[in-house]
Amino acid sequence: MLVTGVSRDLGRRFARAAADHPDVERVIGVDVVPPRGDVGGVSFVRADIRNPVIAKVIAKEDVDTVVHMSVISTPGSNGGRSTMKELNVIGTMQLLAACQKAPTVRQLVVKSTTHVYGASSRDPAMFTEEMEPRRQPRGGYAKDVAEIEGYVRGFARRRPEVVVTLLRCANVLGPQVESPIASYLRMPVIPTVLGFDPRLQFVHERDLLGALGHAVAAAVPGTFNIAGEGLLTLSQVVRRLQRPTLPLPGFALGGLGGALRSMHVSEFSPEVRALLTYGRGVDTTRMRRDLGFSPRFSTAATVDDFASNLVPTGGRTDRLLADLEHRLPSARAAVESGAHR
Amino acid sequence: MSEREHIEGAEVIPIGTRGRPGRGTGQRPSAAARGLAGKAAKGPAQRPPRPKKAAEPPVVQAVPEEAAEAPVSAAVVRERSPMAGIPVSDWQAALEGAAREVLGTDWEQQLARLLAFLRRRVTGDYVVDDYGFDAELTQRFLLATLRPIAEKWFRIEVRGTENIPADGGALVVSNHSGTIPVDGLMTMVSIHDHTGRFLRPLGADLVFRMPFVSSLARKAGATLACSEDAERMLRGGELVGVWPEGFKGIGKPYSERYKLQRFGRGGFVSAALRTGVPIIPLSVVGAEEIYPLVGNVPSLARILGVPYLPITPFFPLLGPLGLVPLPSKWIIEFGEPIRTDDYDAGAADDPMLVFNVTDQVRETIQQTLYSLLMQRPSVFR
Repeated sequence: MLVTGVSRDLGRRFARAAADHPDVERVIGVDVVPPRGDVGGVSFVRADIRNPVIAKVIAKEDVDTVVHMSVISTPGSNGGRSTMKELNVIGTMQLLAACQKAPTVRQLVVKSTTHVYGASSRDPAMFTEEMEPRRQPRGGYAKDVAEIEGYVRGFARRRPEVVVTLLRCANVLGPQVESPIASYLRMPVIPTVLGFDPRLQFVHERDLLGALGHAVAAAVPGTFNIAGEGLLTLSQVVRRLQRPTLPLPGFALGGLGGALRSMHVSEFSPEVRALLTYGRGVDTTRMRRDLGFSPRFSTAATVDDFASNLVPTGGRTDRLLADLEHRLPSARAAVESGAHR
Repeated sequence: MSEREHIEGAEVIPIGTRGRPGRGTGQRPSAAARGLAGKAAKGPAQRPPRPKKAAEPPVVQAVPEEAAEAPVSAAVVRERSPMAGIPVSDWQAALEGAAREVLGTDWEQQLARLLAFLRRRVTGDYVVDDYGFDAELTQRFLLATLRPIAEKWFRIEVRGTENIPADGGALVVSNHSGTIPVDGLMTMVSIHDHTGRFLRPLGADLVFRMPFVSSLARKAGATLACSEDAERMLRGGELVGVWPEGFKGIGKPYSERYKLQRFGRGGFVSAALRTGVPIIPLSVVGAEEIYPLVGNVPSLARILGVPYLPITPFFPLLGPLGLVPLPSKWIIEFGEPIRTDDYDAGAADDPMLVFNVTDQVRETIQQTLYSLLMQRPSVFR
């Protein structure tokens, strides 16, 4: 099995879990930079998927399953936007070209994202897998993902005997996740778009790893939305995180994003800004019915788990109300009787 | 302060004005006082001591049952400012007394319920469905706000509610009028109050582009008027409301009132045909007169990105006051459901059939509008 993008936390953890699995003979992790944490039984190959070296690795190691996880949403430390685009698009092209040449490859799993649906005021409430974005993305991550998915579909046409599974994951959230949305929600004061309350869906990091593992094991071809059950509005999320908000007009949020990027706190890319304005929901019927995967964490449970690792910076009103509740005579009596017992 | 009290204390002595009214020196009542006294000389004589009592903290009046002990504490704290002198326990007792007075004996449960509700809202511990519909907020806040407007201002008369199925999906198709889509809100209230069901309106994408309106619309149960959402809601057994005239309907001039515009492209009919739910025609009379549209500023509307910019007899002439709708009398009538479940599977893709059903719905609404207009004595009565 070949796993790309193992230098990132999720990729590394997935590769490790796969290596520990009894049915998996060998796991090769590929990335440009070595992974930082413990990789366990994964044999790491330092290779850039942007050049044809990757084909040799696949051919030499008799890889039968490729899990492509190096579609990145943030430029991160290894360069700016152009590097990111190159890594995403050219990297995927090279990887798919290598897979096409390799007769041993039987299965391809690609981790994509629901950002591919975009977010606009013309969106239906819930996107199903066959829906297209209402507005074609003009640039950035969403466009990368759209192009990558196009190449993956092309590959599936050319190698029909390979099982191609495309997982469109909602925003991943979890105690250890580093993503634009996670760092946004970790901010002590959360800026929101004035007058909008977007619907958001999350998937827990453990469920994401579970979904990838399930996709490899089940080998069901197709495209699947992966998201926790239910939806939360952004106002609910920040209340559950007990964070104060700062409503700003949409254009000001962009300016704030620029200022925050220069301070390396967070950034608001156009697709994140659109998501925080209009929100998005995806239909997960196919994930349950056809892929046969059901996440353990609902959207609300994911947010609560994320919140348990954060120090609340707000929640004063709730404490006031709780205090008032305790002062009610019946509550006082209950507390006293409880103390007596 | 103490000196003044001394004098006030001295005032108490003239209680013995020997039964005559008056205050001051205690020697003789003033001429005015004597004039007021008349024959009944007993009652008013007790009044002079009152000013002294008024100097005590107001809490004494708030808790009658505590009055026995209150003067004691008041006597102790007399030197301080009136607000600082009230202990927390007194406040609490006063509030409890007041709560008992206002809410009755089960005030505690009521207050506990209210607090639990507030805490649930503040901690985000409530549920919204796939479309962002917040049933609790809609029922407790939105509909409660709109209800007096529906009942007192527009005096809505609702007819034919038996045509709304008690459960399962159904599509309510209504005429649209009134410059601002107030008719949609009023239909939501009327349906909820008569059947207990929530109407799920389908709105234009402009609704979801506007700040505040968009978040409120989603919370009230609206979603985008597109075939995907309509079919999804109808399959989910919701009561969906649609206004196929759209902006052509609400933005038409007053002179064309109650003349139905084109019913879109009949998308609502295909959605109903695909899901096999009944179509319930709804005719609303009265909404045309709330903001009589007499003019439009197309150029400014284009700049602002809205379909029209209304001029009514009172707006923008009276400014914000012009936004108060005229209190016309409303009649809304739900017609007999048009069944769509006996058509065969491919019916939704047959444009001729879709147009025919669309026309049938449109004609039904138009005819009902005319007959309701005949029955209405006048616009405001």
